[in-house]
Amino acid sequence: MEHFLLLVTKPDNVPIVAIVLLLPFFTWLAFSQGRRNDLAGTPAEAALNDKVYCWPYLCRNEFLCAIITMLVLGIWSITIDAPLEEPSDPTITPNPSKAPWYFLALQEMLVYFDPWIAGVVLPGLIIAGLIAIPYIDINPKGKGYYTLKERPFALITFCFGFFVLWIVLMVVGTFLRGPGWNFFAPWKEWDPHKIVPLTNVNLSYLFGIRNEQPAGIFGMCIVVGYFALGPIYYFLKRGTSKFLQELGLVRYIVVSFLFLTMMSLPIKMILRWTLNIKYIWVSPWFNI
Amino acid sequence: MNERRNGLKEKITNNQIWQSMFRHGYEKTGRRYTLQVLQNVWLHLHPPRVTRHAINFRFTWCMGGITFLMFLVTAVTGVLLMFYYRPTAEYAFRDIQYLEFDIPFGMLLRNMHRWAAHGMVIAVMLHMFRVFLTGSYKKPREFNWGVGVILLLVTFFLSFTGYLLPWDQLAFWAVTVGTNMARATPVLGHEGPFAPQDIVTQANDVRFALLGGTIVGPSTLLRFYILHCVAVPLLASVLMALHFWRVRKDGGISGPL
Repeated sequence: MEHFLLLVTKPDNVPIVAIVLLLPFFTWLAFSQGRRNDLAGTPAEAALNDKVYCWPYLCRNEFLCAIITMLVLGIWSITIDAPLEEPSDPTITPNPSKAPWYFLALQEMLVYFDPWIAGVVLPGLIIAGLIAIPYIDINPKGKGYYTLKERPFALITFCFGFFVLWIVLMVVGTFLRGPGWNFFAPWKEWDPHKIVPLTNVNLSYLFGIRNEQPAGIFGMCIVVGYFALGPIYYFLKRGTSKFLQELGLVRYIVVSFLFLTMMSLPIKMILRWTLNIKYIWVSPWFNI
Repeated sequence: MNERRNGLKEKITNNQIWQSMFRHGYEKTGRRYTLQVLQNVWLHLHPPRVTRHAINFRFTWCMGGITFLMFLVTAVTGVLLMFYYRPTAEYAFRDIQYLEFDIPFGMLLRNMHRWAAHGMVIAVMLHMFRVFLTGSYKKPREFNWGVGVILLLVTFFLSFTGYLLPWDQLAFWAVTVGTNMARATPVLGHEGPFAPQDIVTQANDVRFALLGGTIVGPSTLLRFYILHCVAVPLLASVLMALHFWRVRKDGGISGPL
């Protein structure tokens, strides 16, 4: 436990602790306003639609905010020194070697996916997906005010991605991953000699497929089938669902692809924890 | 007392020098409040007036402003740090030590730069969170949300390139781990899927372009230094100008009406 406290109070980990404390506060702030707006029927901001002069009213608030922020930054900078370790030495690799804290969710994903997915494809899709959000979210409600019940799917998806797949993975990567990137509970010492048996198998092996070629075809079917779930649902439901008709095929395919890609991470994580699955699809060129 | 104060005010403001700099008066009228914003280059990004909810901290969290403030702090402290830092493998680490132990307020300068950078990453995440929760990316602000996403990426990259500069073990290995991913880029990385063998190698793939070598070395330090101090801040400034301008052109801060 002592060692965990040391880790948490490391100067470079202060931002993560700050985020872990700030996020619940801001989530509460947003959700309480959303609930208030939902209960009232009209957003509270609608009543505040008269105009005020930027000078002095807005500039005063900005100035106040800047002063408080500089005060916090000043105290932070006086009390906590930026870390400086030994001079760099390419011949001494620290174990574990960690990326900066804001990339640790990506590094944590490396446990579950090969580097080309975890380090290149998924980050690229996160960026592309974020940029795509305004174009695929056709819900006209909830623009310019906090709300919970007017856009549940958007909120749940975003919050799941942000809290669970970004913040929690970041915290796990920083505080709970020790030597060899092994998992260590907070109260455990980091033992560099910890041995974790590598019992992971591929999904095809679990189904009794031992030969390379059928295993590859099997894996491909699973992955393609998984991503086909989206279009299949579309063609089953488009006749009756007004929402799908409004969304249109192109938007729907983008939404379902991004959503299924996002969910592939928790699915792979659960498969790893429960069935020790290494890869779903093994091919001569890449593994998924 | 009041008369004396007014007399003093008169003395300060009623002369050619003052009036050449500040063209508006100080009467408490809407016209003056408008001119105060319109005639000031630093304030003119604001419209003369905003809706009342836009000055409400509970609604805005002020996180975009804090992000910008943190950028300014890193720019100012960064320029000061550049006086003491040489981006070569021989000197980089020594210069940081010199900065910490011998330069007056050097440690404070370095702390402020580093913590402002971390603060910027935190603020930019919270800003994005707020913008999403209020649905502010919706029409007509779609494009500006996209600019914001690129700015998030630029913020990460600014912080990441700066991470290497102290040239200590923490910096070296964090950047080694971070850039190792580029090996696995499909087609363009030498360990990535579909990379043509013997054509894309360790010595010419994207990671090589980023590092200026096959491992993190002196040329990486120089590359990251130039990216960190010149290229990426310029890019960030251009994108920020676009971002702020678009906030106004898209109808100011979002609201229910």
